Amino acid sequence: MEAWFSLLAGLFFAAAVYLILSKHLIRTLIGIVLLGNAVNLTLLVAGRLTREVPPIIADGLDRLPGNAANPLPQALILTAIVISFSLFAFLLVLAYRAYRVLGTDDTDRMRFAEPVDEPAPPKGY
Amino acid sequence: MNSPIFRTVAPFLTSLMLLFSLFVLLRGHNAPGGGFIGGLVAVAALAIHGAAWGVETVRRAIVFHPLSIAAFGLFLSCIAGFASAAAGVPFMTGLWVTVHVLGSAVALSSVMLFDLGVYLVVVGALLAIVLALEEEEGV
Amino acid sequence: MIAGAADLTFLALSLPFVAACLAPVLFRLFGHRAAWLLALAPAVSFLHLAGFIAEVARGETVTGGYAWVPSYNLSFSWYIDGLALVFGLLITGIGVLVVLYAGGYLKGHPQQGRFFSFLMMFMGAMLGLVVSDSFLMLFVFWELTSITSFLLIGFDHERPAARRAALQALLVTGGGGLFLLAGLLMIWNIADVTQMSLLLSYGEVVKASPYYLAALLLVLVGAFTKSAQFPFHVWLPNAMEAPTPVSAYLHSATMVKAGVYLLMRLYPAMGGTPVWEILLPVFGGGTLLTGALMALRQTDLKLMLAYTTVASLGLLVLLVGFGSPYAIEAAVLYLVGHSLFKGALFMVAGAIDHGTGTRDLTRLGGLRRAMPVTFAAALLAALSMAGLPPFFGFLAKEEIYLALAAGNLRSILFTIVAVAGNALMFAAAFAVALKPFLGESRQTLKHPHEAPALMWIGPLVLALAGLAAALVSTAFHAAISSPMASAVRGEATAIAVGPMPHVGLPLALSAATILLGLAAYRLLDRLRDALARFFQALGPGPDQGFDEVLEALVACAVKVTRFVQPGRLDIYLSVTFAAVAAVLLLPLFLWGEAPSEPAFAWPSLSELAMLLIAVIGLAAVLVAVDRLTAIVALGIQGFAVAVLFLLFGAPDLAFTQFMIETLSVVILALVMTRLRLHASDRRPAGQRLADGAVALGCGLGLTLLLLKATEGVFDTALGDFFGSYSKVIAHGANVVNVIIVDFRGTDTLGEIAVVLAAGMAILALIRLGKTQKQSGK
Repeated sequence: MEAWFSLLAGLFFAAAVYLILSKHLIRTLIGIVLLGNAVNLTLLVAGRLTREVPPIIADGLDRLPGNAANPLPQALILTAIVISFSLFAFLLVLAYRAYRVLGTDDTDRMRFAEPVDEPAPPKGY
Repeated sequence: MNSPIFRTVAPFLTSLMLLFSLFVLLRGHNAPGGGFIGGLVAVAALAIHGAAWGVETVRRAIVFHPLSIAAFGLFLSCIAGFASAAAGVPFMTGLWVTVHVLGSAVALSSVMLFDLGVYLVVVGALLAIVLALEEEEGV
Repeated sequence: MIAGAADLTFLALSLPFVAACLAPVLFRLFGHRAAWLLALAPAVSFLHLAGFIAEVARGETVTGGYAWVPSYNLSFSWYIDGLALVFGLLITGIGVLVVLYAGGYLKGHPQQGRFFSFLMMFMGAMLGLVVSDSFLMLFVFWELTSITSFLLIGFDHERPAARRAALQALLVTGGGGLFLLAGLLMIWNIADVTQMSLLLSYGEVVKASPYYLAALLLVLVGAFTKSAQFPFHVWLPNAMEAPTPVSAYLHSATMVKAGVYLLMRLYPAMGGTPVWEILLPVFGGGTLLTGALMALRQTDLKLMLAYTTVASLGLLVLLVGFGSPYAIEAAVLYLVGHSLFKGALFMVAGAIDHGTGTRDLTRLGGLRRAMPVTFAAALLAALSMAGLPPFFGFLAKEEIYLALAAGNLRSILFTIVAVAGNALMFAAAFAVALKPFLGESRQTLKHPHEAPALMWIGPLVLALAGLAAALVSTAFHAAISSPMASAVRGEATAIAVGPMPHVGLPLALSAATILLGLAAYRLLDRLRDALARFFQALGPGPDQGFDEVLEALVACAVKVTRFVQPGRLDIYLSVTFAAVAAVLLLPLFLWGEAPSEPAFAWPSLSELAMLLIAVIGLAAVLVAVDRLTAIVALGIQGFAVAVLFLLFGAPDLAFTQFMIETLSVVILALVMTRLRLHASDRRPAGQRLADGAVALGCGLGLTLLLLKATEGVFDTALGDFFGSYSKVIAHGANVVNVIIVDFRGTDTLGEIAVVLAAGMAILALIRLGKTQKQSGK
């Protein structure tokens, strides 16, 4: 069963990378959303898949039954989802502001930090 | 959005969702839920309200600046962590007190306080983002 | 707490650093008179060290220290034998005089406090260098002297020449220090000790090691750069940009001797091998001749002295390398003598500069009446430098010729080199010390006047010390020179040479030196012109070479930076992800770790449906050309993932994912109205192909890695731990939530802090836009 989902995680990753490599800010952003999902799926699969039994200890029991899902990847993913959303929101606003200030959303033309004709450092002491 | 139906339904939806978010937060320790999820539900609720009645309405309704709420949440979480110092146990060790209210036992804990902090941070920070973007839309 | 002897020694050794901290305050309070107070620090250290003389003369050593990093045998420990003690006495003793001298020299300078702070820091570092027992501390102090020397040379940092000289000195000596570090680490590996005191008894092991040659060469680079051996000598004359007290102290008496100190220190462990006895004398002899010839070419007093210092350092290296017992004794005597007379002469040069406003030899003359005390000090020091009896320089010279003069070819060769070098230095000594004072008075910038007391105390005391040490030579040898020579050679040595000339070969050689020197002095002007033409004909020297290397280095750095950082995001990202793909894929195939063929067990119908929906969502995102499609497609894949979470027993995740997807779609919709999604991807077909290949590589790599990872047996220890204890200890049934808020609570605390920070940053970005818009209107 893990095999299918390994494949799915790989597909997510590939799609994310392809979009991120675009020179287009908005596509790059969408790629980052996909990248978050790819990572979450990877975590889930690496912690092994268990069908339908959530890691919740039933009343009257002291410990998790053996057939319950692995709780650790879930805890990792839960926080990862929120963090990647924060990152996404930040990047989205950053891209938006960069677009407003620089007048372009093409990363090739965003040369504010590293200008094309940067002068060489001064010689001498 | 000026749809009258949406405007009429929105307040009910929002209050129901807010109530639900608190419910999710409080039961989180023993059933699916918790601070993160509860916070997200609350944000969604208030975002809907904002979309229906305008961002200003929401800002008035929550009284405090969203980031203040988030900062207060972080403060609560830190307090929950440092409470263990007062009890002489390592940082973040959970402390439990059982209080009897009206004859039923209610378990209070520093962990609960921590989760409440998480809830407030998520509500505050994400709401700040969503409201700011909604406003930006209107400008 | 009662301070033990070790504590007192530690205090005495660190006193200069304390003084460095106090110096700025003292000078603000008392002006240049604070020099008297400041000189107390080295004076106390000097007296404390002088207290060890008797003990060390008996052949004992003073040790002690405090552990710093015990696991690496790193400690602030000192090992004071004859060698370290003499160096310590020179550093602190001359230090006292230099501090006083600098007080007069820099009187009224607005940055006095800073200067003295650097000077005391250097003193502390130099003292630490010579007493350190641990290799690593020796290295630390070694580099610290380079850094303080940089600060002192560049003290007058508003002049480009000073900046260049400072940088050059730092690069040459500091760079040499790195070679030294490598060499010391190799010795550490060979002998498995980190302490000098222990290393001394491992000489045979070190010399027999196959890595001996490499270690020696590395150490030699360190010593040669520091002690200004040809061709690394260029930095020393340039360092004359520093204020004269610095030249007198660092660049003649102490710091430049650090290389010689190192050679002497390592002599028992590494010396006496054929490589040692060839390399050192050859480099030393070459440096001696180059330095002496260059010295006579100069007209600037300080430059002349600087080149004679280079020559003297060459002579010292030659002697240490020559290796016979007499040679070591000669090196010891010459080292002490040189520190005394050269320090004095530098201070004289500074006093002349101070009194007349120029240091140009051709424009000075007849100062003997205007500056009688300075003249006396200059004369005494010059006679010692010239090697005339009964001065200390004579003793050293006698011993040098005693050491070198022998029948074999090597001895004859080096004797000729030494005689020639010494004769030239004789001429230089007289040129510096006599020329400005004798002859007719010349018109100078300032009306010549005697230097203030602060400025003649130093040279006079040093010059007199040179005379006194020679007059009581028996006692001096017993207390100072013999213990030092014993420490260098590693066996008891007694020096016998006295100030009274004895008829013999050394005396004849001395006489020859003096005659040659006198001839050179008489012909000085003609010699200078000839040398100038000669060096002109030789073409550019290592000094220009330094500039060219530095420029080439900067040009190279610019090229490399432009190549590595072309400033295009897509290139950075392509390289990054190509590297990710390579890291994921290569190990799988190169080391045969590819997963075996996976068992594609058929998933249940609902799972399959969700899989398909997710893939469809992905495909739709990839091909979307308008924003509605993109947003909807993004939502589809997100919700599909959420349902998958639910199917695999993760309701919390599913719930969170639903909410987050909703919010993502909302804010994306809010922003996308401004940021257009262009129909075309703007990528040419070739680019698409390359990007696609990288993306597929990444995806394939991740899939294979996951297949490989899930093949193995799963270690459930962590999951079991949380499952077993979350209810018993943490009183929670929802294990995921318990992990988040309790077991891993500190992580969560950090994460919500990040969420809050992201919120603040986003708000700031949005506000920024608004204020810009408003101010724009």
